[in-house]
Amino acid sequence: MAIATVVEQQKGTEETALITGSEAIAVACKLADVDVITAYPIRPYDTVMQYICKLVANGEMDCEYIVAEGEHSQFEIVKHASAAGARVFCGSSGVGWMYAMEALTVTPALRIPMIAMVGNRALDDPGAFGVEHNDALAVRDLGWQLVWVDNAQEALDTALIAYRVAEDRRIFLPCAISCDGAFLTHSQAVVKIPSQEQVNKFLPRYNRGDLLLHPDNPITVAPQGNEDWVMEIRRQNYAAIERSYGVIKEAYAEFEKIFGRSYGNPFFEEYMTSDADIVLMGMGTLSTPVKVAIRKMRDEGKKVGFVRMRWFRPFAAEDLAKCLSRFKAVGVIDRDYSMGSPYNSGVLATEVRTALYCGSGAKPPVLGFIAGLGGREVTVPDVEKITASVQQAAQGKTQPLTQWIGLRE
Amino acid sequence: MGRLFAIEIIYRGIFQKTLARNISRAIVLAAHKEGKPGISFGRYGDSPERNGIPAKSFAIVATDDVTLEEGMAKYEPKDVDITICVDDTLAKGVESWAWYGLQPVNKLLKPGGTLIVTSRLEADPIIAMCHRKETPYEMAILKAIPSFSGLWVYKDDHTDVRILGAIAKILPDLFSLKSVQAAITDEWHDAVKVTSAARAYEKLTTVTVKPTQGNPEVPFKFDLPKWHEMGEGIVIPSIPAGHKMEDPGTHATGGYKPDRNPTFKKFSTRTMRPVVDFDTCIKCTLCWLQCPDSCFDVTPEGLYDANMEACCGCGVCEAVCPVPNCVTMVNESSFHDNASQWVAWRKDKTNYKGWVQEKIKGHGERSHGFRYLGQYEEQVPEMLDIATKG
Repeated sequence: MAIATVVEQQKGTEETALITGSEAIAVACKLADVDVITAYPIRPYDTVMQYICKLVANGEMDCEYIVAEGEHSQFEIVKHASAAGARVFCGSSGVGWMYAMEALTVTPALRIPMIAMVGNRALDDPGAFGVEHNDALAVRDLGWQLVWVDNAQEALDTALIAYRVAEDRRIFLPCAISCDGAFLTHSQAVVKIPSQEQVNKFLPRYNRGDLLLHPDNPITVAPQGNEDWVMEIRRQNYAAIERSYGVIKEAYAEFEKIFGRSYGNPFFEEYMTSDADIVLMGMGTLSTPVKVAIRKMRDEGKKVGFVRMRWFRPFAAEDLAKCLSRFKAVGVIDRDYSMGSPYNSGVLATEVRTALYCGSGAKPPVLGFIAGLGGREVTVPDVEKITASVQQAAQGKTQPLTQWIGLRE
Repeated sequence: MGRLFAIEIIYRGIFQKTLARNISRAIVLAAHKEGKPGISFGRYGDSPERNGIPAKSFAIVATDDVTLEEGMAKYEPKDVDITICVDDTLAKGVESWAWYGLQPVNKLLKPGGTLIVTSRLEADPIIAMCHRKETPYEMAILKAIPSFSGLWVYKDDHTDVRILGAIAKILPDLFSLKSVQAAITDEWHDAVKVTSAARAYEKLTTVTVKPTQGNPEVPFKFDLPKWHEMGEGIVIPSIPAGHKMEDPGTHATGGYKPDRNPTFKKFSTRTMRPVVDFDTCIKCTLCWLQCPDSCFDVTPEGLYDANMEACCGCGVCEAVCPVPNCVTMVNESSFHDNASQWVAWRKDKTNYKGWVQEKIKGHGERSHGFRYLGQYEEQVPEMLDIATKG
């Protein structure tokens, strides 16, 4: 690996390397033999474009690498390249992602299997580099598949899985892989790099089929359509994202077979839940302080577990409702905000409540916690404080439905 | 529940947008004079900002608010008491941007309802243009030069107020002539317009159209596909390129006829069509090159046949043709089918020549737009005649 130090040559063909989450995504792009990549700098996403750029410059990767004049063009270019049959990669952060919003809107509508990395970053203003999840969440209603990862290995593996799922003819929907700014994009960890042969076996070529934009297949893409057409088009996209649930399961099963790594339930990770009375929930790298805190509290005899959502879209509502119904109370930590939403909770908490409300099992109380905004550290004492409140709720004591944690007050 | 009145105005985009709005507004205003609530609206899915595209406005009036709400709970009325057709060439049918297929002009009329057509023609040729309807209806011809204007200008020729007077005569339960006149006074402050409305009221007559009368053609229809039958990704396969033409006499093949959209014909946009004199054509290709709708089929001998399934009647071919009277735009009401002129010419050239001469001389007037300075003034005597005689 030219971009990282090879620390160990394992048996067989799998290497390991000390790389950041962003580099892990770049390595996945190389292994997936991506055809067209567009770039426009914004921190922390720019680390990915730098690594890919280096791979191309070093002759390790063969692709069209286009630096656009802004994020809107950046996403439009790959959208068109994908329509013409190219495997594509793109990405952005914070307001850069928002600047591309029109392109992000039409991408799922046109059934483009674009893979994008979102280096999660607070939305301006104020200008801030740190992580918040509102950027990626802004497309949650549009047909994007959204996944959050919490370590570099998972970033690499999930990128490969995302290509397989998105480019499946049953799906043809884009997928954004969210990597928390700083905590994942800028910290290095030892990652297993799969072999090219394994990846080739796992990832078939992208075949756009009858939707291919090519002179030999004359088609019109995205004509004007009035009220006689729009509902049917939206319904088709619902069908695709519904199918995505099953195709993701298939992909993880196949991934385990070929690469020998299992992620268990693809949609959410359960940590120390088997005997737990209460659980915390969250997405992305806040899993680290939460897990540490849970181990500490376990030593103190508190039966606390953790459920980390990976796939936010599609949202495995039934599975999650079934899982959460086992516990006496749930505390959802949102690294995002949803101003004026029901009970002024974060996005994840609101969706978890919806999933539980319509689930068939028990409906434990769900407390919402807003924490870690703008990249602020979520500390172990923060998690203990959250847990204490959730425990109170589990005992039937009324707690505020939304609490801000780690706020100067 | 009280009584609900529905009136539709079928008009041509841009040219008659203001006219249609004036009529539907004034209907509601006149009804308001009698304490009847109403609403006036344009069909949103139409594209009234496009030249000549058939479009609709509606006025819905009721005897009380609750009944009006019943009428408003629909996107548009499913049946109407009166259909107003402000361009007689629309009698051939309406294909809007808002739906698929050709809709007969009398489709929404209730049994015994009235179709008001503004025209220079008599009722009979207009009835012949309209598709047959299962139930009898009334037809009223309001003598008028088709009132066309533009997006930024309005030809204030009293067509709107005359129609209002006609409605008071046809549907006295909706409003009286007195209410119409009061509304006109409020809206336009013009005593002459009040007189025009009264004249139309006095002179209007109707004839009954029987189910056996009219164009027997079954209008073009199109079934919308179900969501799972549609292609994904908002992708539509292209229309195939086209094929050669066949000479009706010799059966020799050659030339080129492009295949066209089978589900959107759009020829009801046309108010006039090119009549081509193939004997004088010099095959310069200009009409074929410049036609914005690629409506010209190339014949085996290299002539250009305007295909009436595709022509929107814009008149560009006439404007670019360098040969005098080789391409002449003729009012659409002079024709009863969309048959190929070239085929007719190939079958009998002498007969065709006579046909061309008759069409050019008899009905050469263009339906919209003026070609030279002073042309509008030439119409004034006819307009005055209509105004006084009705």
